[in-house]
Amino acid sequence: MDMPVEKKIVFELNGRSVEAIEGETILEAADRIGVEIPRLCYKEGIRADGNCRACVVEIDGERALAPSCCRYPTDGMKVTSNEGKARHSQEMVLELLLADMPDQKNSPYSLDSELDFWKDKLGVQTSRFPQRHQPVEDESHPAISVHLDACIQCTRCVRACREEQVNDVIGYAWRGTHSAIVFDLDDPMGTSSCVGCGECVQACPTGALMPAESVGLKKADEVVPSVCPYCGVGCLLNYHVKDGKLLRVEGRQGPANQSRLCVKGRYGFDYVHHPSRLTKPLIRKDGVPKTKELLNPENWRDVFREAEWDEALDFAASGLKKIRDDHGQRALAAYGCAKGSNEEAYLLQKLVRTGFGSNNVDHCTRLCHASSVSALLEGIGSGAVSNPFTDVTDSDVIFLIGANPVSNHPVAATFIKNATKNGTKLILADPRRSELARHATHFLQFRPDTDVAMLNAMMHTIISEGLVDENYVSRYTSGFEELKANLEDYPPEKVAPICGIPAETLKEVARLFAGSPASMILWGMGISQHIHGTDNARCLISLSLISGQIGRPGTGLHPLRGQNNVQGASDMGLIPMVFPDYQSVADEKSRKWFEDFWGTELDPKPGLTVVEIMQAVHAKEIKGLYVEGENPAMSDPNLNHVREALTMLDHLVVQDIFLTETAGFADVILPASAFPEKTGTFTNSNRQVQLGRQAIDPPGESKQDWWIIQEIARRMDLDWNYQSPSEVFSEIRQATPSMAGITWERLEAEHSLTYPLENEGDPGEPVIFKQGFPTETGKARLVPAKFSRADELPDEEFPLVFVTARQLEHWHTGSMTRKASVLDQLEPEPHVHLNPGDLSRLGIDSGNPVTLESRRGSLSAFTQEDSGVPEGSVFMSFAYNEAAANLITSDALDPFGKIAEVKYCAVRVTPGGSPEMRLG
Amino acid sequence: MFSEEGQKELERMLSRYPIKRNALLPLLHLAQQENGGWLSEESIKYVAEICEVSETHVEGVISFYTMYKLKKPGKYHLQICTCVPCCLVGGEELLEHTESKLGIHAGSTGDDGMFSIEEMECIGACSFAPAIIVNEDYHEKVNPESMDQLIADLSNNP
Repeated sequence: MDMPVEKKIVFELNGRSVEAIEGETILEAADRIGVEIPRLCYKEGIRADGNCRACVVEIDGERALAPSCCRYPTDGMKVTSNEGKARHSQEMVLELLLADMPDQKNSPYSLDSELDFWKDKLGVQTSRFPQRHQPVEDESHPAISVHLDACIQCTRCVRACREEQVNDVIGYAWRGTHSAIVFDLDDPMGTSSCVGCGECVQACPTGALMPAESVGLKKADEVVPSVCPYCGVGCLLNYHVKDGKLLRVEGRQGPANQSRLCVKGRYGFDYVHHPSRLTKPLIRKDGVPKTKELLNPENWRDVFREAEWDEALDFAASGLKKIRDDHGQRALAAYGCAKGSNEEAYLLQKLVRTGFGSNNVDHCTRLCHASSVSALLEGIGSGAVSNPFTDVTDSDVIFLIGANPVSNHPVAATFIKNATKNGTKLILADPRRSELARHATHFLQFRPDTDVAMLNAMMHTIISEGLVDENYVSRYTSGFEELKANLEDYPPEKVAPICGIPAETLKEVARLFAGSPASMILWGMGISQHIHGTDNARCLISLSLISGQIGRPGTGLHPLRGQNNVQGASDMGLIPMVFPDYQSVADEKSRKWFEDFWGTELDPKPGLTVVEIMQAVHAKEIKGLYVEGENPAMSDPNLNHVREALTMLDHLVVQDIFLTETAGFADVILPASAFPEKTGTFTNSNRQVQLGRQAIDPPGESKQDWWIIQEIARRMDLDWNYQSPSEVFSEIRQATPSMAGITWERLEAEHSLTYPLENEGDPGEPVIFKQGFPTETGKARLVPAKFSRADELPDEEFPLVFVTARQLEHWHTGSMTRKASVLDQLEPEPHVHLNPGDLSRLGIDSGNPVTLESRRGSLSAFTQEDSGVPEGSVFMSFAYNEAAANLITSDALDPFGKIAEVKYCAVRVTPGGSPEMRLG
Repeated sequence: MFSEEGQKELERMLSRYPIKRNALLPLLHLAQQENGGWLSEESIKYVAEICEVSETHVEGVISFYTMYKLKKPGKYHLQICTCVPCCLVGGEELLEHTESKLGIHAGSTGDDGMFSIEEMECIGACSFAPAIIVNEDYHEKVNPESMDQLIADLSNNP
């Protein structure tokens, strides 16, 4: 195929002939060839507005000067930017704006003020114009200082807030000399609906919006390019480091974030400097019994004593070895970590497979997308996404179900919002009305647990109305007839009363989805965390396949991955059924390959999963556990059962950065390194492998995770001698064909590479399944799913449905975010979200405490009125140890994905009670 | 939020605008009428929701146009024109006189809530300068004496 030839435009700039690319403004062309034109309201990545007039140029034959940021050159145009009328006008603009500064000279809030930069460049010293009446400062937000006395009304913050992040908080109000930046209805920033993403701060050229505590006036010693440690979006960022500490974080251009960040990524970093960081190995004191109660980290000395590394490592490894030798290889298990790097994940699964001698290794993917992955592997032969989430900007229709990306994947949500602003239709299906609903063309607030029925009804419509892409189905799928037969039971009229969505609406969205040129499906835990999670995902896969909505830009399947490296950890084989790159442990050929590669015999039996491991501890089959970075005493379902299991272990090794709720049960605790303290690769939801670089040193005697795993391995008689993460990565490439072409050097240069990338030099493939699927036949398999109900339905005794959910400010079990000062200030307490109707029926005022009880446990927390929550349901985040939501949840499992049903169980709510004391 | 009649009017207006946000200006006027001559936070939020625009967008609009009142006015809102023709025949003096008579400045409301004063740009009644508007009624060729009389009449009608 011939590539379209880019049209060149030749014009003259300051007497010099310039070739501009079509679509490029005069300013962009000037930047490219190194001609400096002043600019203030213009910023790369934000729509040019042309309001400040600092970039005006003179165009031959035109009476008025033109803003070069909004003006496109034409052939033969003669442009002057550096003298005469243009330069005079630029200087005048700077002088007028300088009059707005508090001392009419420099910005007192930022060392990097762009106004200061350009006034110095153009030699404008001070201003002859009178000062304005200066607004007062606004320090109401914990993360952001507002000093509008340094504001020049360039509206970069307005565009960042409303057009880039689409949070719609910042506005431009009043008129003339009174015009001002406002938040909502001219509220203080701290009480406005601001979500603290800080995009406005990153956009502000003068320091009027700055990180709190005068951070703008401190100069970093070093700026280290890295990746965000929180969610699967995988935003690239820069760590600004001063005196060995993180000073601030800014967004960096990356394929998944385009320089954007959210409140966690930008302001949630000071957990690494928290005084309760573990800095020395700890060993449980002789004779201190393990009890089900959580240990208050402040009282650690009652239970643990400090130890030297050698003693602690010997103790950790010898305990594991003894169990292996006395009770057999399958008596040991390990929990790995989806926050750790690919290198750490690879080493841990290798330790378990070659050192422990079994496949008993798993991590939090089991509680995340395990069911989605099992449906994807079964249906299309690959567990990863077909398209990056940024593809939504190429979609005509987005179908988003069971996900709340505004809270959990905030930067991914910005691209969805950008798309809807551009006319893409959003079908949002969620039992809870989330923030994205206001951007949706269709919001389906269906009854919890009825996904399969609803999705089958949509497919029923597609088939009965002849909207099936028959060419695609016959060419690339198998099993259509079985699917069709199953769908006969699900006419929309019959399903409507089950799922609570009118039949006509179900038909309308089905037509919209199937009939559009490009429809993309994105989903989250609302789909996966059910005992029918695999069935839910099967329906989404079938929906996409029968409509032919996959394999092109803007159309495909995207399960939004949770943790920053849950994709990578799974790719590395940190799961009990597969080796790296999803090669089955039960498959003779794969196992033989790894036996040769690692030089040892391997267990052909798939290992136990997260919840199964705890059940096996109760059954006295598992006696020793190595927990690297996970926090099962908070994250796993049915916590009373889990915590009891943790007390029953003969030997528990915990490797973490804090004395977590889980570490309190340990026999030995190994202090590890936090994200900014390590170098390694991390794979995001888009299959982008990205390089995280060490910015600061681990505190005290804490060590690199890969080093600790290697030391344990050596003490379990493995001959390991890795010198660095890059050396581990070289081994990963050999074991992982889809990443074989990715080199460390290229990652260092390009920061982010997308797999599949099989040969060195390949570009990587953002969109896959263009020509069929990686299955034996090359065809995808359509798997019918029957509607079934949750394991535990509400009844008279427990009349409400309990659903765990996420909140923007806290991550997972809160072990990092609750120790990040800004995030903790923004959301300090556990809340139970209830519908106003339920609240009044229960006779509770919003804000007052309630007690929640299920068949497994109870907790008390404060109520929060939430009209987005459907009647009869209770939503809660699981980040709070004083009211741990997983005390309530059920550990009933999906039979295929072995994921627990943490999105649905029966609960009773009674007024009163008080949350327990917060630990740590 | 609105009276029954106001709600009907709202629906009538919305039916004329296929894109809801385009009904913002008339709906704000309606909300102002419904709310006793000014826009409270509640009424702003209501209109924002109906028009499917952000609160901060509405704030930008209402603070730009002077005919949207963001503070509760007096029962009688005296809008005195001081634009050129009115000014030439005593508009400014009329404003000063009214301010001292009522003991309040332009832009504020008296403690008893009876009167508020606002200084206006041209109100389109130049032929009859100096002119004022009381709530929605024009009074023409007003001088300090007739202003005193007007205030006395209005005071007797609380």
